[in-house]
Amino acid sequence: MGLYLSALLQGLCFAGIAFGIYISMKIFNIPDITTDGSYTLGGVVTGIMLTHNQPGWFILLAVIGAGAVAGALTGIIHTKLKINALLAGILVMTALYSVNLTILGRSNLPLLSLPTLFSVLNVLTDPNQNSLIILSLFVAALTLLIGYLLKTDFGIAMRATGNSEQMVRALGVNTDRMKIIGLAIANALTALSGYLITQFQGFADISMGIGVVIIGLGSVIIAETLISWMQITSVWWSLVLVLAGAVIFQLVLAFTLDIGVNPNLLKMVTAMFVLIIVGLPRLTSRQA
Amino acid sequence: MIALKNISKTFNAGKPNEVKALGKLSLEIHEGEFVVIVGSNGSGKTTLLNLVAGTILPDTGTISIAGNNATKLTDYQRSKWIARIFQNPLSGTAADLSILDNFRLAALRTKSKGLTIGKNENFKALVREKIAALGMGLEDKTEQPIGTLSGGQRQALTLLMSVMDECKILLLDEPTAALDPRSAENVICTADALIKQYSLTAILVTHNLKDAANYGTRIIQMGEGEILKDIAAKEKAKLKQAELFEWFG
Repeated sequence: MGLYLSALLQGLCFAGIAFGIYISMKIFNIPDITTDGSYTLGGVVTGIMLTHNQPGWFILLAVIGAGAVAGALTGIIHTKLKINALLAGILVMTALYSVNLTILGRSNLPLLSLPTLFSVLNVLTDPNQNSLIILSLFVAALTLLIGYLLKTDFGIAMRATGNSEQMVRALGVNTDRMKIIGLAIANALTALSGYLITQFQGFADISMGIGVVIIGLGSVIIAETLISWMQITSVWWSLVLVLAGAVIFQLVLAFTLDIGVNPNLLKMVTAMFVLIIVGLPRLTSRQA
Repeated sequence: MIALKNISKTFNAGKPNEVKALGKLSLEIHEGEFVVIVGSNGSGKTTLLNLVAGTILPDTGTISIAGNNATKLTDYQRSKWIARIFQNPLSGTAADLSILDNFRLAALRTKSKGLTIGKNENFKALVREKIAALGMGLEDKTEQPIGTLSGGQRQALTLLMSVMDECKILLLDEPTAALDPRSAENVICTADALIKQYSLTAILVTHNLKDAANYGTRIIQMGEGEILKDIAAKEKAKLKQAELFEWFG
């Protein structure tokens, strides 16, 4: 049971990445893979600030700010220099590796004895159950915030930008600016996942972000399959399903470990799992 | 209302595929005029419309709109005066968004899109009432994604969306080209009614000579990036469709 509980906790930590990818990929229709870099950035900023005894709210703001700057850079490269979004993301992600290494000063920073977000509140004695409550509150607040944002007039303009750029410009929206803001929000959310995971696992690591974009993609694709299957149009339900996607993804990985698959093959299993979710609806619809 | 002076526009200048789209064109359109522009493919009609809309900027010359120098303003900066209808019904609306969301955005064309929820009950009632006036039975479907509607329905709604906010100028770029004859008739009638009701200044680019003869207060024929014929109100009323066909003979 402990394995599945910690998978659930990890899933909640990854909600930020899932929301971030949902915003960049589904709402703006931009394939953004700054993710690997901005996730680690969130982690290393958290780690270094915790070891320097900075207050919690300040760390949170710094992580959001750092992620937003990384995303905005990708956005500026993509819109102002007209460079393909994938390439723009790769460039920023590559540069971020050096930035992260410089911030961290070494490749791994343990935080084991330091007070973290998970030691703020002590309602339950079992540390994992206690973490579950804190994480649930945090993620619920995050979901409400994004949901509200997407419902506002600004949010409608955001959602329309990925749909019909021509129309949105004709309605007085600077789409370049909108995309830069969108990527900033997406990567701020991704950095928040790095913030949570670092505190949850008790260390920041320079390679923690390698391949993490697949977690976001997988979660969003699971959500998308559910959204189209249940024919959901509500913004709130879409967000809840993206969150569910992040949790389901981790539970499936926990299940594969549980049935005794060699952990070395975990990334392979991850890739296969995403392939199956993407492929299945197409295979079944072809038969129909 | 719209004044173009000595406008020229060349695409891919200096390259083998150089295209001189417009050369030293001047045109003045007065308030309340409904100008129909006809001309064969490549005559510069759409370039002219895009220059007014601001999606492309001129190489030389000046553009003034509603008394303001708009030469260097881009499309989203000119949206405070101009509403546009595109040839492709899919371009004028955001498919995944509900009809209501689309209308909400259109109602903010000249305003900033803030961090408040503006889609309240009053607004929903207003949209339902406006859509009901179209008589297409879409007023009960306002929560549906607009992408589930047909091209004709979407084009009619786009027209309605253009007058959700203060609108001075309406640009229509072959709005009926992608529609079946009945939807096309419906869309052009709706457009004409709205232009009259709101006293809009309008420019319609079309290949449909029947529409060109029946609608508008002024007709312009373009060719090779220049204005070939410019016929104003009184003369236009006398103009027969058959004569229009001869222009292209």
